[in-house]
Amino acid sequence: MMETLIIIVAGVLVTVATYLLLSKNLIRVILGTAVLTHGVHLLIMAMGSFKGKNVPIIDKGKTSYVDALPQALILTSIVISFAVTAFFLVLAYQLYKRTQTDDLNKMRGYRHE
Amino acid sequence: MNNLIVLPMALPLLVGVLLVFFRSYIVHQRWITFGSLLVNAIISFYILERIQSDGIMTLDFGGWIPPFGILFVADSFAILLVITTNIVSAICVLYAMPTIGSEREKYYFYSFVNFLVAGVNGSFLTGDIFNLFVTFEVMLLASYVLITLGGSKLQLKEAIKYIAINVVSSSLFLIAIAYLYGTLGTLNMAHLSERIAEVGQTPGLTVISFLFLIVFSLKSGLVLYQWLPGSYSTPPTAIAALFGALLTKVGVYALFRIFSLLFYHDQQITHTVIGVMAGITIIGGCIGAIAYTNIRQIVAYNVVIAIGFILVGLAIMTQTAIEGAIFYLIHDMFLKALLFLLAGTMIHLTKTEKLDEMSGLIRNYPVVGWMFFIALLSLTGIPPLSGFLGKVLIGEAAIATGSYVLLGLSFASGLVVLYSILRVFMSCFWGETIISEDEEVPLNKKLVLPSALFVVITFALGIGAEGIAPYLSNAAETLTNPSIYIDAIMSEKQ
Repeated sequence: MMETLIIIVAGVLVTVATYLLLSKNLIRVILGTAVLTHGVHLLIMAMGSFKGKNVPIIDKGKTSYVDALPQALILTSIVISFAVTAFFLVLAYQLYKRTQTDDLNKMRGYRHE
Repeated sequence: MNNLIVLPMALPLLVGVLLVFFRSYIVHQRWITFGSLLVNAIISFYILERIQSDGIMTLDFGGWIPPFGILFVADSFAILLVITTNIVSAICVLYAMPTIGSEREKYYFYSFVNFLVAGVNGSFLTGDIFNLFVTFEVMLLASYVLITLGGSKLQLKEAIKYIAINVVSSSLFLIAIAYLYGTLGTLNMAHLSERIAEVGQTPGLTVISFLFLIVFSLKSGLVLYQWLPGSYSTPPTAIAALFGALLTKVGVYALFRIFSLLFYHDQQITHTVIGVMAGITIIGGCIGAIAYTNIRQIVAYNVVIAIGFILVGLAIMTQTAIEGAIFYLIHDMFLKALLFLLAGTMIHLTKTEKLDEMSGLIRNYPVVGWMFFIALLSLTGIPPLSGFLGKVLIGEAAIATGSYVLLGLSFASGLVVLYSILRVFMSCFWGETIISEDEEVPLNKKLVLPSALFVVITFALGIGAEGIAPYLSNAAETLTNPSIYIDAIMSEKQ
C-alpha cells in the first residue's frame, strides 16, 4: 500500500516538474529541476520496499530490517542536487543582472542563429 | 600497493582544494597544477604496466568486500583513458597560462580544472554504478563553473542550456539506477553483470538499458547533441579544448562499460539501436560541420562526428572493433584538443570567428598553418598519423560482421570531415593576405608550444601504434569477456 502511494506521489512530482521545465520563465525551470530530483528520490525510496519492516538499527528480537542503502543514496543525491540548485540560482541571478529579463524566449539567439 | 589506483582521482582533488587557499599566488598555482597532472600521468603509466603483469587491480574502500562497498577498478581500458586525460589537461593548462587572463586565474580557474580532472578520472576508475553518478556530478559541477567563469552575456546564455540539460539527464540517470537497484538489488557493476547473466536479460532489463542509453547519449552527444555546439563554442579556448577532449568522452566510456559489461546479452536489440544512433549522429554532425561558417561551430560539430564514429565500434562489438574504437577514442581526445587550440589561436590572431573574414594566414603564421594541415591529415586518417589505425580496425571489423551501412556511413564521414576542415584551411590560410605586416599580431611562442606537443603526440601514436597494441588488445579482451572483469572483483576474497 505504502509503495503504491509513494509511487503515485513520485509520479505527480515528475508531472509537475515536467510542466515547470517546459515553461519560459527561468526560475520555474530551476524549480522544475529541483522538484524533479525530489520525485526521483521518492522513487529510489520506493525501490527499497518498506513493507512492515523495522528501522535498520540492530536490536534484540528484531530480525527483518528495511534496506538502508536507498536512503544512503538519497542522502548523497540530496547533497548534490542542493549544490547544483544553488549554483543554478546564482547563475540565473547573474544572467538577470546582465539581460534584465528572465524570459527564456528573449534570451535565446546565438550570434549566427 | 593497490592503493595506488585511488591517486588519479585523489591527487587532483587534494591539489584543487589546496590551491583554493593560495588564491593570489598565480604562478605557483599554474605550475603546481601542471606538475601534478604530469605526476598523475606517470603514476597511471606505472599502473598500466602493473595491470599487464598482475591483471586488473581493484581497491575496496574501507575494506568492505565486494559487493557491499564502493570500489575502484583499474583495467587497461580505464587506465589508458586516465593517462590520456591527464596528458590532455596538462597541455591545455599550458595553453591556458598565457591566454586565460588573470581575472579567471584569480577566481580559482586552476582549482576547478583539478576538480574536473578528478571527476573524469573517478568516472573512468569506479566500479560502482552509483559512484559513477557521483563522480559524474563532480565532473559536471566543475564544468558548470568553468563554462560560466568570466561570465560574458553570451557565455551565461549558453551555460543555462548546458546546465539545464545536464541536470535533467542526471535525474534520468538516478531513475535508471533506481530501477536497476529495484530489479537486481545491487549496485556493484561486476555483481550486476553476474546477476543479469543469472536471470538472463529480461525485456524489463532491456528497457532499463535503454534508459541508460538515453542518459549517456545526452552526456556524450550521441544523437542528442543539440546542446553541444553552442556550449562548446562560447568559453575561452583552453576551457573549450578541455571540454571537447574530455567531457563527451566520459559519456562514451560509460556507454562502452555499461553495454559491454552489463547489457551484452541482447545485442540484437541494444547494439542495433546503438548502431542506428551512431549512424544518425554521424549524418547530423556532418550536416552541421558543413553548414556553419564559424570556425568554433565547425570544430564542435567535428566532435559530434567522432562520437558517432567511435560508437560504430561499440555497435559492432567484436574484439577488433573495440580495439579500433579505443584507439580512435584516445586519438580523438588528443586531436579534438589540438583542433580547438588551433582554432582558438587563429581567432586570437585575427580577432574574428568567421571563415570569410580570414585569408592568407599561411604567410603571416606558417607554423600555425602547417600544424593545422597535419591535424587535418590526422583527422581524416592518413598514415602514419594516429587517425589511420582506428579507422582501419573499425573498417575491418565492419566488413567481417557485414555491417556495410555503418561502414559506408563512417567512411563517408571521413570525407565530410576532410571537406569541412579543408574548407577552413583553404579559406583561412590560402588566398590574399589581408593582414599587413604592421597590423600583424605577433605570434606568442607559448601559444604554439601546446599545439606542437599535440602534433608530436599524433605522430607518436601513429608511428608507435605497434607499442600500444598489446595494451589495446588487453583492454578490448576485458571488454569483450566480462568474466575477466567479474573474476577480478568477485573472486578475490570469498
